Amino acid sequence: MHANGHRDDTASKIGMWLFIFTEMLLFAGLFIVYSVYRYRNPVAFHLAAEELSTFFGTLNTVILLISSMTVAMSLTAIRKGDNKHTMLLLGITILLALAFLVNKYFEWGAKIEHGLVPGSETLKELGHGDTLFFGLYFFMTGLHAFHIIIGIIILSVVLHFVRKGRITSDNFVFLENGGLYWHLVDVIWIFLFPLFYLIT
Amino acid sequence: MKHIMANKNNHIVPYRTYVYVLLILLFLTATSVIVTNIELGTLTVTTALVLASLKSILVFAIFMHLKFDQPVYGIMTGGVIILIIIVILITFLDYFFR
Repeated sequence: MHANGHRDDTASKIGMWLFIFTEMLLFAGLFIVYSVYRYRNPVAFHLAAEELSTFFGTLNTVILLISSMTVAMSLTAIRKGDNKHTMLLLGITILLALAFLVNKYFEWGAKIEHGLVPGSETLKELGHGDTLFFGLYFFMTGLHAFHIIIGIIILSVVLHFVRKGRITSDNFVFLENGGLYWHLVDVIWIFLFPLFYLIT
Repeated sequence: MKHIMANKNNHIVPYRTYVYVLLILLFLTATSVIVTNIELGTLTVTTALVLASLKSILVFAIFMHLKFDQPVYGIMTGGVIILIIIVILITFLDYFFR
C-alpha cells in the first residue's frame, strides 16, 4: 500500500472527506427531487407513505445507530493498541450491517408482494403520485442499501488488515476512513428515515 | 528514507462518550417516532427534520471526530452543508413564488 514508505494521514483524510462531500451532494439532490414531488403530489404521497412500515424503519435506524457507535469504538480500541477488541467491534458492526440488509429484504419483499413496485399493474391503477413515491422509495433506499453493501466490504478489508498487522496503533488512517464512510451511511439514513417512514 | 506525516490528532475518545452519544441518538429517534405519530400538519415535517439535523450534527461532531480533529475538516464540511442548504432554499423559493 505504501510502496515508497511515504505517508500523509491528513491528506488521506481530506481525500476521504472530499469523497464524502460528493456523496452528501448526491443524496441532497435526491432529497430535493423527493421534496418537490411531494409538494406537487401531497395527497398521493401522504397515502403512499402510510403503506411503509414504521416498525422496520425504526428497527433499522436503531441497528445503524448502534453499528455507528461500534465502528467509532473500534478506532478507540486500535489507538489503545487493543487489536482483539478492534476486531470484535468491527465484527459486530459488520453483523449489524448484515442484519440491516435482512430487514430490508423482508421490507422490500412485502412491498413487492403487494405489487407496490415500479412497473406493476397496481401502481398503474393508483396513478402518477404513487408511482413517483414508490419509484423514489425503491431508488433511494436501494442506493442506500448499495452503500451498506460497499460498507460491509470496506469494513471486512479493514478487519483483515487489523488481523494482518497492517493497521496498528500508530498507523490507523485506513480504519479511520472506513469508519467515516460507515458514519456517512448512517447520516444518510438519519434523513431517509423521517422523510419516507415518519412524515405521512 | 521514510517520510511519515502521522495523525496530528492525539485525542483518544473514551468508550463511554460514544455510549452517551448513542443514548442521545436513540432518545431523539424515539422522540421523532412519537411526535410524528401525532398529526401536527406542517409542524410534523419541521419537528422531524429538526430532530434529524440534531442527530446528524452529533454523528458529524463526535462519531466522525470533527469536534476533536484539526479544524480543516470541520470548515470544509460546514461549507458543503451551507451549500446544500442554499441549493434547497433556492429550489423552494422558486417553487413557492413561481
